[in-house]
Amino acid sequence: MSADPASLWALDAATLGAILAMAAATYAVRAGGFWLISRVQPNRFVEAWLRQIPGALFVALIVPALVAGGPPFWAGGAVVLGVRVLTGNLLASLIAGSAAVALLRLAGFGS
Amino acid sequence: MTEQVSFTRQGVLAGFLATVPVALSIFIFGLVFGIVAGQKGLSALETVLMSGVVFAGASQMLAMELWHQPVPILTLGLAALIINLRYLMMTAALKPWLASLPPWKAYGTLYLIADENWAVSISQMRAGGCDAGFLLGSGLAIYSFWLVASLIGRLFGAVIEQPERFGLDFVSTAVFVALAVGLWRGRGEILPWLVAGSVALLVKWLLPGTWYLIAGGLAGSLVGAWRDVR
Repeated sequence: MSADPASLWALDAATLGAILAMAAATYAVRAGGFWLISRVQPNRFVEAWLRQIPGALFVALIVPALVAGGPPFWAGGAVVLGVRVLTGNLLASLIAGSAAVALLRLAGFGS
Repeated sequence: MTEQVSFTRQGVLAGFLATVPVALSIFIFGLVFGIVAGQKGLSALETVLMSGVVFAGASQMLAMELWHQPVPILTLGLAALIINLRYLMMTAALKPWLASLPPWKAYGTLYLIADENWAVSISQMRAGGCDAGFLLGSGLAIYSFWLVASLIGRLFGAVIEQPERFGLDFVSTAVFVALAVGLWRGRGEILPWLVAGSVALLVKWLLPGTWYLIAGGLAGSLVGAWRDVR
């Protein structure tokens, strides 16, 4: 936490190796999905599948997170949904939802 | 949508601006990563390098969990690969935009794909957007916030105590809830979304890591596709 130059500028070879390994692995999957699908002969099923991926991934991400967050997250999710549908404003829905979560925790609900 | 996909500077700017509200959640997450990286003994330079070169929040946090001396390079690379397998599906879904770009633009932009800018961009694509520059701008917004937040977190440590007190741990989930609204196209979504949610819950309970995302996303999308072409 001090201004010790080593804590600022040190670059360890093994750390750099780990960074490069992680970057290569991550870019491989980032580029790989598009690369693979570009080589698949497009057909009706593949096209339908690609259209279904976003919604399914969103839901797979949202549901476990909401369940794990307990009642404050459930209420927060409802608030986000409501504000977003009614106003269409993304930022407003995020602020309202987070505020709802914070308030419910202050009131003693959930963790 | 697929006929005329452009890639303009205005598109990049629009994508950047549309993603700034979402980048807020990234900023909090980046602060936390910077703080943890400092605790694990990474220098400020190493912290910024990891955020700038790897640019994948969940796998960077996981790497900090697994971090010890000597640094387990192979394990960290493998862990990053597994936790990020969802990108295979995410970038496949971007085909309508990427397929018509010159490869260097497509594969350059792919470097900047993260959950949040993918979500914002796929919503834009769904809404009929046909400027793939949006994807790059959206990625640049997340990238810059992530990089700066990691550095601030690393340098100034615990400036923000207990982000959960302000409900900030909810922001990243909120982003996806809000954007899911734009993906809803009617009652046809009920079956695939129900399958995706149930399978994700079940697998999260059974398996560690982010397998639940891949399992839920695959199950839901395959059921939906099967129903659509049947």
